[in-house]
This record gives sequence, C-alpha cells and structure tokens, in this order.
Amino acid sequence: MKAYFGRRYSLSASHRLHTDALSEEANRSAYGKCNNPHGHGHNYVIEVLARGPVDAGTGMVIDLVALDEVMRTRVLDRFDHTNLNLDPVFENRVPTTENLCKVIFGLLKTSLPAAELDYVRVEETENNFFQCWDIDEEDLDLR
Amino acid sequence: MVELTRRATFSASHFYWNDAWSAERNAQAFGRCANRNGHGHNYTLEVTVAGTPDPVTGFVVDLKWLKDVIEREVLTAYDHRHLNLEVPEFKSAIPTAENVAIAAWKRLEPSLAGLKTTRLRRVRVYETPEIFAEYRGEE
Repeated sequence: MKAYFGRRYSLSASHRLHTDALSEEANRSAYGKCNNPHGHGHNYVIEVLARGPVDAGTGMVIDLVALDEVMRTRVLDRFDHTNLNLDPVFENRVPTTENLCKVIFGLLKTSLPAAELDYVRVEETENNFFQCWDIDEEDLDLR
Repeated sequence: MVELTRRATFSASHFYWNDAWSAERNAQAFGRCANRNGHGHNYTLEVTVAGTPDPVTGFVVDLKWLKDVIEREVLTAYDHRHLNLEVPEFKSAIPTAENVAIAAWKRLEPSLAGLKTTRLRRVRVYETPEIFAEYRGEE
C-alpha cells in the first residue's frame, strides 16, 4: 500500500541576492533589501516528503533514522550555519529560496535509502515558502 | 475543485513491535520505539476533502458534519488510548504514522463516500510537528 512519510528539518544560513548579469541599480531594484552588500540570514525549515509502499515488516515507507542521516550528510552538514553564496553550487546561481529548494531536491533525489522523493519544501520565513516536485537534471550541475 | 482541510488532535500511546521478529531485530529496526511499555504523542490529524462548492450553501462540505465524523470515527477510538492494546486494527498492523494515516482513512472513507460530489482526498497524521505520514487512498 502506497503512502507518504514527511519530515521537517531546520537550517540557519545567510545569503545575498545578487547577480552579475544585472547592473548595481538593477540588482537593487530586483532584490531590494535582499541585495544589501553584507547579506542577511534565515532560519530555513526544510520539509521533505517521501513516497513508496509501506514495508510489511516495519509498517514504514522509509526509516526515519536513515532519512535523517541522508539529510544530515547531504544537506545540513553542507549548508547549516554557512553563507550560501560561498557554496560552489551557488557560484553561478543566485541563492534564492527557489534555487535552494531545487538544489536540495537534487541532492536528495537519488540519495534516499528507500522510497522516492515526492517533494521538497523550503520555508524561508513563516510567511514565505517554496516547493518543488522535480528538477531538470541539466539545470543542476550539483557539486 | 476546492480542497478543504479540517484539523483534529488526539493523544495516544503506542510502541513498534513485529511479533514475527526476535527482540534483537525489533530493537534494531525500531530503536527506542520498540520499548514494550510504550510511549505517547500528541497527534494532529489533517483530513482533506475535495469537491465543487455547493451552488446554494457555497460549502464543499459542512464543517460541523465533518468535525462530527472525525470525532465519531477516529477520535473516540484513538484519543487517550493505547493504540496497540485498545484499537482493533493495530492488533495486526504496527501503529506507525503511516499505518495510522491508512487506518484513519479507512475509518473516515465510508461516511464520506455518501457525499454527492465531495471526496476524501488525503489524510495526514502528525506524530510530532516534525514527523508526519500521509495516505491518499489507492493510487
């Protein structure tokens, strides 16, 4: 029987929204306060949903401990308490939360110990959140 | 099509144990959840229905009616109970969040099947604010 298992994690990181493709003025216009030169930070909440058959032996879609370990090694150890702009994956990609959401989806997609990744949701604040169900492989040269 | 979700909470105890396995294997698979004395959670149940709002009332479903169905079918059976020991479906199924979501769906679905166009869309069960499972019926 197919079901879903979800887990919420938090990570704190800083970022600055800025692209070299735009002039200083256009950056300020596009990103407003988020373009301030020294950046700012968020307590991000990452919600991960996995889908798959409920295992007959355990009654589970995915082992929570194994999911936590993948999340820790692939995502939290990499981004928690860091400046997102300095991560190689954001070298040529603005660390908007849309892009962070896609990057996390890409890092987890092929890494789950069981089940399939259904969606990744990233809550930037209590009032903004972003969700993605898939990514284009070519779009994401994950390093 | 509009979705409507009603939340309800219940508090219950449970433990994870597969009778077909050795104590060692249960401990390995379930960790602290395999403690046979049980432990408890404040669960949150989210019941989502989907349908077209009725042209006269503007409702997808009468919320008071849905609240009563949830109370009658799920909360009276689960709230302040030991799921393994007091709830029939968990004599055979381990009361993981996944299985609680499936069982709650099965308890709710017959009442909702009588509605004209509105259907049960999904049941989500939060074991804690950070851990949840969902069932959407046969897919």
